[in-house]
Amino acid sequence: MIFKRVIPEYAEENRLSTGRRVLLLLHLDFTLITSLLLLAVVGLIVLYSASDQNMELLAKQSLRLLLGFVVMFLVAQLTPETIKYWSPWLFVIGFIMLVLVLVVGDVGKGAQRWLSLGVLSFQPSELMKIALPMLIAWYFADTVLPPSFMRVIGACLLFAVPTYVVALQPDLGTAMVLAASGTFVLFLAGLRWRTIIIGILLLIPTLWIMWHYGMHDYQRKRVITFLNPETDPLGAGYHIIQSTIAIGSGGIYGKGWLEGTQSHLDFLPERRTDFIFAVFSEEFGFLGTLLLLLLYAVIIGRGIVIATQAQSTYTRLLAGSIILTFFVYVFINIGMVSGLLPVVGIPLPLISFGGTSLVTIMASFGILMSIATHRKLVST
Amino acid sequence: MVQFSRLTLKDHFRETHLFNHRILVAGAGVMVLFLALAIRIFYLQVIQHDHYSTLSEDNRYTLLPLAPTRGLIYDRNGILLAQNLPTFTLELTPAKLPNLNDTLKTLEQMISISLEDKKRFYKLIKKRRRFDSIPLRFRLSDEEVARIAVNQYRLPGVRVNAELTRHYPHGSLASHAIGYVARISEDDLQKLDPTRYAATRYVGKVGVEKAYEDILHGEVGYQEVEINAQGREVEVRQGTLPVPGKNIYLSLDLNVQRVAEQSYGDYSGALVAIDPNDGSILALVSLPTFDPNLFVNGIDTDTYQELNASPSQPLFNRALQGRYPPGSTIKPFVGLAALENNTVTPEKTIYCPGYYTLKNDDRHYRDWRKEGHGQTNLAKAITESCDVYFYDLALNLNIDKMQQFLAQFGFGKPTGVDLRDEVSGLLPSREWKLRAQHQAWYPGETIITGIGQGYWLTTPLQLANATAAIATRGHRLQPHILHATHEVGVEQPVDFTPVALPDINLKHPENWDTIINAMHNVIHGPNGTARGIGVNAKYQMAGKTGTAQVFGLKEGEKYDVKKVSKHLRDHALFIAFAPVDNPQIAVALIVENAGGGGANAAPIARKVIDAYLEEEEQDE
Repeated sequence: MIFKRVIPEYAEENRLSTGRRVLLLLHLDFTLITSLLLLAVVGLIVLYSASDQNMELLAKQSLRLLLGFVVMFLVAQLTPETIKYWSPWLFVIGFIMLVLVLVVGDVGKGAQRWLSLGVLSFQPSELMKIALPMLIAWYFADTVLPPSFMRVIGACLLFAVPTYVVALQPDLGTAMVLAASGTFVLFLAGLRWRTIIIGILLLIPTLWIMWHYGMHDYQRKRVITFLNPETDPLGAGYHIIQSTIAIGSGGIYGKGWLEGTQSHLDFLPERRTDFIFAVFSEEFGFLGTLLLLLLYAVIIGRGIVIATQAQSTYTRLLAGSIILTFFVYVFINIGMVSGLLPVVGIPLPLISFGGTSLVTIMASFGILMSIATHRKLVST
Repeated sequence: MVQFSRLTLKDHFRETHLFNHRILVAGAGVMVLFLALAIRIFYLQVIQHDHYSTLSEDNRYTLLPLAPTRGLIYDRNGILLAQNLPTFTLELTPAKLPNLNDTLKTLEQMISISLEDKKRFYKLIKKRRRFDSIPLRFRLSDEEVARIAVNQYRLPGVRVNAELTRHYPHGSLASHAIGYVARISEDDLQKLDPTRYAATRYVGKVGVEKAYEDILHGEVGYQEVEINAQGREVEVRQGTLPVPGKNIYLSLDLNVQRVAEQSYGDYSGALVAIDPNDGSILALVSLPTFDPNLFVNGIDTDTYQELNASPSQPLFNRALQGRYPPGSTIKPFVGLAALENNTVTPEKTIYCPGYYTLKNDDRHYRDWRKEGHGQTNLAKAITESCDVYFYDLALNLNIDKMQQFLAQFGFGKPTGVDLRDEVSGLLPSREWKLRAQHQAWYPGETIITGIGQGYWLTTPLQLANATAAIATRGHRLQPHILHATHEVGVEQPVDFTPVALPDINLKHPENWDTIINAMHNVIHGPNGTARGIGVNAKYQMAGKTGTAQVFGLKEGEKYDVKKVSKHLRDHALFIAFAPVDNPQIAVALIVENAGGGGANAAPIARKVIDAYLEEEEQDE
């Protein structure tokens, strides 16, 4: 209800302008598409600075964004029913590829994530990011909610297995996102608070076991470094120290576009990808950062509204899970760059340089748009 | 079925309600977490902004030290002795090289690169960072620089760097006095102030370069440089200019020094000439010598081995560190001691038969003149260098009084000259022998001590300074090689203030005359042992010859120059000052393995004194 105030034109959805009608025919949501486009432009502007004005890189990223928007547009044309129908199959395909990666995948940066399909290399864990919430939503779609205990166990198994396989690659960041997206569906499906509390209590010994038996050395080191970056100022702690310096030195108004000393003098690692937020923050300051957070908040708010107005259990759960997962991306990335969370290697949606996760995210926005626009067509 | 569908419908409403409730909770959670992010960013960017700004600036700017220009060294007449020449160094930056070995091969086709160069280069590569510039060849010739310049386009990561290198234009002349600088070694780093020497590449190792390192070095400057995380310079900002080291003027007279060094011919030895009026060292010779330029950029192992292993020890500074028995040059001092202690009077004579014996002892202490000097008084004993007279005199004076009196001239102690590593020599005494050798003093030892043999050891510098003390009749000064310092940009140089030492006050000042007259007769008297050098002199000199035995002869054995191998031949010594009535220069010198002092050492003194006094005359 709050969101109606954030997006006032929502109240007037029945009196649509010609432009809106066209958007609706194209199955595009006005608020989402404008915010996403704005975000993409901001992303290109920051990348221009972060890449030291590398036009080649910028062209590459523009192409990826274009691809992302095309994927989004195509997915938006599918009806929610079609999406629902394909949910289990997409999951099965994704899971098979995930297992395949473990067996024959390429090793990049010490982790097996990529599946090479001739000229194309593909990260099945990215597909899983969409397929998993789709499957869980599908799993709950035609059942009585809140789910029975056995259903909850079933759902847990369904998302725990692929999460575990991804963690084996090892890709802790994606595994966390997968676990989160599954959990969101469970939560939105009405998982009892009692069960939630028990789950959290069970999580503590699980984490303990994970720490001692389930984690790679570099993952453990990241956690330790997060807890105290000063222990390793030139090694793993360097990332966090330098990015907080970048953000902190930005001040209220920032150092100005292309003027970030931390970023341009190479002190900031991964500044085009995972740590691009620090470049943005250094150059545009607190005010710029607030505006960026606001832009993300608008997208998330619109997503939540779409979820509340979705007409079936499936669309509702899926839309909710997608937008909350999107939030998780934003929160974890900004949290880690600003030193609130450990470094887990999650990109900042639409801003970070990189292709695969961008396409995944845009595909999920396609689903959101499909849910938002087909509902109206059905209702008229 | 109907019941079921009704149930589902009811549930559908409930589910919607449940979902809306849940998404509201989630939305609230999102808002709380967004707020947390905003607070975190606010904390970093607003509250902690100053802190992180400082850290960011620290990251950004580095102070790059700038080396000061080393002070120049001149002689007393303003002749340049040490200068800084721009030399070209070939430097390679490994990070910028496409392939190190290829580049080296290409370079070898253009210029000569020795194995030593390569060894040093590979050693440095391991120590430095990849984007540091590492020197491969020093002192490129103009032609070599040109060859590299022409091929620069196919030599990325290679550059020719111009830097100031120390150069000694007179080569080996006065090298023991001037010394040299060399590249700072690991050992040096332990001792040097790391801030002050942050950019300096050379440090004084020997001689004046070492002794006056502090004055010559100057003060380091700084340049604020914006750097990136790899340490590469991006932009240069303001800084502090380095303060160049002060130029210094030595008291050395290069002309006198040259005359002295050339007069030695092929002989080894040492000579020190002092202005007795202010303690200035006019010449400081130690032969053989070496080319200090060899050491500046690292001497190659073979040359160093050659210098170091040479039996004539060219790296050894004989003037300050050579310890020689003074021989008969000590007689004027011992004679003065006897006069002051009333052991003898100027009139007292003894008969010299050519040998001396102690009571109850068969041993013959021989005089250098086999037939003896006949009736001899003190003046004659000095002029003709009668040993027998001094055997008797020493025995009557005794070692304690002799040692006490001679200590006033600075024997057995460092002179305190402003150069490093001076040795103290040895003035023998009863206590010394008991302490060092755990033995009592024997009268026979007193006898030979009287003619400057036995345990006696003096450095040429000590002997020169003692001679200067006779010239000034007891007024003693600390010898020094620094004449003046001249700060760059200041009009007048600042003169060095000589340091006075305790004067020698005689109870009977007329004793000076007795001794000095006798020394005058050594050169200008008809029987003087150095009468050859007084011929045609425009001034009057006073001096004393000496001969120091390198090895002892058995009693009755005859010293035969032809039979004794060269390095065991006697050292020739000579001390002198001139003009007698107004002394301007005092000289002490030794010519190793040359034989008698009168014939072999005295002529050098004449040339040196001539050179100096003629110059003085021209000045007036």
